[in-house]
Amino acid sequence: MSSVAQKRGFGATLWDWLTTVDHKKIGILYLLGGGFFFIVGGIEAMIIRLQLLTPNNDLVSAGIFNQIITMHGTTMIFLAAMPILIGFMNAIMPLQIGARDVAFPFLNSLGFWMFFFGGVFLNISWFFGQVPDAGWTSYASLAMASEGHGVDFYAIGLQIAGGGTLLGGINFLVTIINMRAPGMTYMRMPLFTWTTFVASAMILFAFPPLTVGLFLLTFERMFGANFFDPTMGGNTIIWEHIFWIFGHPEVYILILPAFGIFSEIFTIFSRKRLFGYSAMVFATVLIGFLGFMVWAHHMFTVGLGPTANAIFSVATMAIAIPTGVKIFNWLLTIWGGSIKVTTPMLWALAFIPTFVMGGVTGVMLGTAPLDYQLHDTYFVVAHFHYVIVGGTVFGILAGTHLYWPKMFGTMLNETLGKVTFWFFFFGFHLTFLIQHWLGFWGMPRRVFTYMDGQGWNSANVISSVGALLMAIGITVMVYNIIVTSIKNVRVANDPWGDGRTLEWAIESPPLFYNFAQTPLVRGLDTVYIEKMEGNLSGITPAEPVQDIHMPNGSFIPFMLSLGLFIAGFGAMFRTEEPWGMAVLVIGLVWTFAAMAMRSLKDDLGYYVKKEDILKDMKRKGGQK
Amino acid sequence: MSDVHVYKKSPAEFNLGQRRARKSMRGQIMMFSLMIFLTIMSFSMVMAYQADVIGFSKYLIIPTLMLFAAVQVGLQLYYFMHMNEKGHGIPQMFMYTGVIFAFVVVLTFLTIVWW
Ligand code: HEM
Ligand SMILES: [Cu+2]
Repeated sequence: MSSVAQKRGFGATLWDWLTTVDHKKIGILYLLGGGFFFIVGGIEAMIIRLQLLTPNNDLVSAGIFNQIITMHGTTMIFLAAMPILIGFMNAIMPLQIGARDVAFPFLNSLGFWMFFFGGVFLNISWFFGQVPDAGWTSYASLAMASEGHGVDFYAIGLQIAGGGTLLGGINFLVTIINMRAPGMTYMRMPLFTWTTFVASAMILFAFPPLTVGLFLLTFERMFGANFFDPTMGGNTIIWEHIFWIFGHPEVYILILPAFGIFSEIFTIFSRKRLFGYSAMVFATVLIGFLGFMVWAHHMFTVGLGPTANAIFSVATMAIAIPTGVKIFNWLLTIWGGSIKVTTPMLWALAFIPTFVMGGVTGVMLGTAPLDYQLHDTYFVVAHFHYVIVGGTVFGILAGTHLYWPKMFGTMLNETLGKVTFWFFFFGFHLTFLIQHWLGFWGMPRRVFTYMDGQGWNSANVISSVGALLMAIGITVMVYNIIVTSIKNVRVANDPWGDGRTLEWAIESPPLFYNFAQTPLVRGLDTVYIEKMEGNLSGITPAEPVQDIHMPNGSFIPFMLSLGLFIAGFGAMFRTEEPWGMAVLVIGLVWTFAAMAMRSLKDDLGYYVKKEDILKDMKRKGGQK
Repeated sequence: MSDVHVYKKSPAEFNLGQRRARKSMRGQIMMFSLMIFLTIMSFSMVMAYQADVIGFSKYLIIPTLMLFAAVQVGLQLYYFMHMNEKGHGIPQMFMYTGVIFAFVVVLTFLTIVWW
C-alpha cells in the first residue's frame, strides 16, 4: 500500500488481495490465515482440556476425542505455526537483505493459496462429520483402520498445503542466494535471514518424503494399493520411517525461524551486536544438518534393535550441542547490554529457560532405555509442548509484537502486550509442567478419559486451569490488535528506536517497492553502522534513482489452487458417488488450464517511473 | 523503459568467446562419445551374460553397471548441464547435500534397521 491513503471500494480492495504478489501483503495473508487456524486449533485444545478436566468425563465421545486431538496437532503444526512463520519470512526477510520482492512473486502467491485451500480442505471434514482420527502422525495401521473419509481429508489436504510450503521454501532459498543487496555477503546476513535460509533448505529436503508418504497413503486408501498392509505383503513400519524422516526435520523447521526472531530481539533490546555471530550461523547450519540424522528416536520402541537405538540415541544427543551454543550466545548477548524489557524482549527472556527445559526432556527421551518408560505418556506431550510452544509459539508471539509496526504501521499496546505475556507464560507452565509428572505417574497420551483413583485428578485440573489462562492471554492479544487497528496511530521507520538491520531504515509499512534505491551494505548490522557514522537515514544507496521493475498481480494462483481443491473431492468420492470421477477430472483440467494460462501468456511486469519514486521520496522528506 | 545500455564486444573478446565455445563443444562431443561407448559396453555385457559367455557373472556385471551408471550421471551433470562451469557452487552444494542425506538414509536401512 502506498503511504497516501487511497480511497477504494471494497470490491477493488478484495481483488487486490486475491491477486497480490507483493511479499508484504502475502506475509499479511499468511499471518491472517495462520492466525485463523491458530484460533481453531486453540478451540480444539480447550475442548481437549475440558474433556480431561475430570475422570470418566463424557463431554465428548472417544471417537470425537480422537478427531479433536488429530486435528489439533495437524492444524497447529501445518496450518498455524508453519504459515505464521512463513508469513514473517515473507514480510521481513526480503527487507533484511535489501530486496524489492522475493525471487518468484507468482510462486509466492501460489504457495499461499495452496496452503489456504489445503487448510480449508482439511477442516471441511468437520462439516462432513468424517474427520481425520489417526493422530497427527497418522500411523499407517491406524490410518488404514479408520473408517469414513477422515484420513483421506488428511492425506489430500496436507498434500495440497505441503506443496505450498515446498514452493515457499524454494522461493526463499533462491531469494536469499540471488537477491541480496550489494555488499550483503552471507556472513553479513541478519540471523533471521540465516534461519530462514536453513529452514527453507530443510523444507526442500524434508517435504518430498512427506509428499511421497502421503501419496502412498492416498493410493493405499483410495486407489487400492497395498504399501502398508502386512496381509498383502506391505509393511506398516515403512510409514513411520517416512513420516519421521520428514517429521523430525519438520520440528526444526518450526524452531529455527523462531531462533532467528529471538536473535533479532536480543540484539535490538540489549543494544549490543549479537555475541558470537559466526558461531550462531554455524550452529544453525549444523542443527539443520543433524536434524536429518535422528528420525528413529521417535521409533525406539518399535523394535529396531539395540544397535539402531544406540546410534540414533547418540546422534540425537549430539543436537543438544549446537543448541547449547546458541543458548550461551544469547545469554552473552544480553550480558552487559543496556536492556529494555519491552514485550518482545519479555517473550525472548522467557523463551530461554522454557526452551532449555524442553531440550533437557528431549535429551532424556533421546536416551533409548528411558524412552521405553516414557514413550507415549504425557511426558512426551510435555516435552514437545515445551519446545514447540516455549520455542515456536513464544517466537511467533514475540515476532508479532516486534514486527507489527513494520507490517501494519501501528504499534501494539505495550501494557496489553505484557498482560498477554503474563497470562500466557504463567498459563503455559501451569498446563505443561505438571504433565511431566503425569507421564511419570503413567498417564498415557491420547487417551480420551481416565479412571478415578489413580492420582491423576488434581494434576489434570491444574493443567486445564493453565489452558484457560493461555486462552485469556490470547484473547487479550486479539483485543489489543483490534484496538490498535481502530486507533490507527501511525509510527515512523524505527519505532523501537534501536533497529540495526535494513528493515528498520524504511517506512512502516514499506512502500510497495521497498527501497527507492537498493542499499549498499557495509557490514553486519548495516543500519547501526550507518547511524554510528552520522548517516541518520541508516542507508547508503548503491544506485541512482531509476525506474524499478515490478511484477504484475495475478489471479491464476488462486484459480490453480482451487482446481486442486476441487480435484481432491473428486479423488475422495471417485468410487462411491456417480459424480466423483467427473469432479476429479474437472478439477485436474481446471488446474492444468490455469498452468497453461500462466505458461502461454507472457507477463513481463511493469516499471515504476523514476518521477513517481522521486515524488515519494520528497513526500517523506528523508533520504537524499 | 529503463535506460538500456548496448554493449559492443571488441574483436579480441569476440575471438576469445569463439575459442571458448569451440573448446566446450569439443569437450561435449568427446563426452558424448564416451557416454555412447559406456552404453554399448553395458548392453553388450548383459547380452554376453544372457548368452552364457564364460566370465560374465552377475557379480561382475551388476557392480560394473552401477559404476557406469554413476559415471554417466556425473558426465550428464558436469558436461551437459554445465556444472563444470563457474557459478554453479550453490546448486552443487544442494545436490551433494541431498545425495548425502539419501545415502545416509539408505545406508541406515541396509546396515542397522533391517539387518
Ligand atoms: C535437544 C533437542 C531435542 C531432543 C533431544 C528431542 C528428542 C525427542 C525424542 C527422543 C522424542 C520422542 C519421544 C517419544 O515419542 O517417546 C521427541 C518427540 C517430539 N519432539 Fe523432540 N527433541 C528435541 C527438540 C525438539 C524441538 C526443538 C521440537 C520442536 C520445536 C521437538 C518436537 C517434538 C515433537 C513434536 C515430538 C512428538 C512427536 C509425536 O510423537 O507426536 N523436539 N523429541
Ligand atoms: Cu524428533
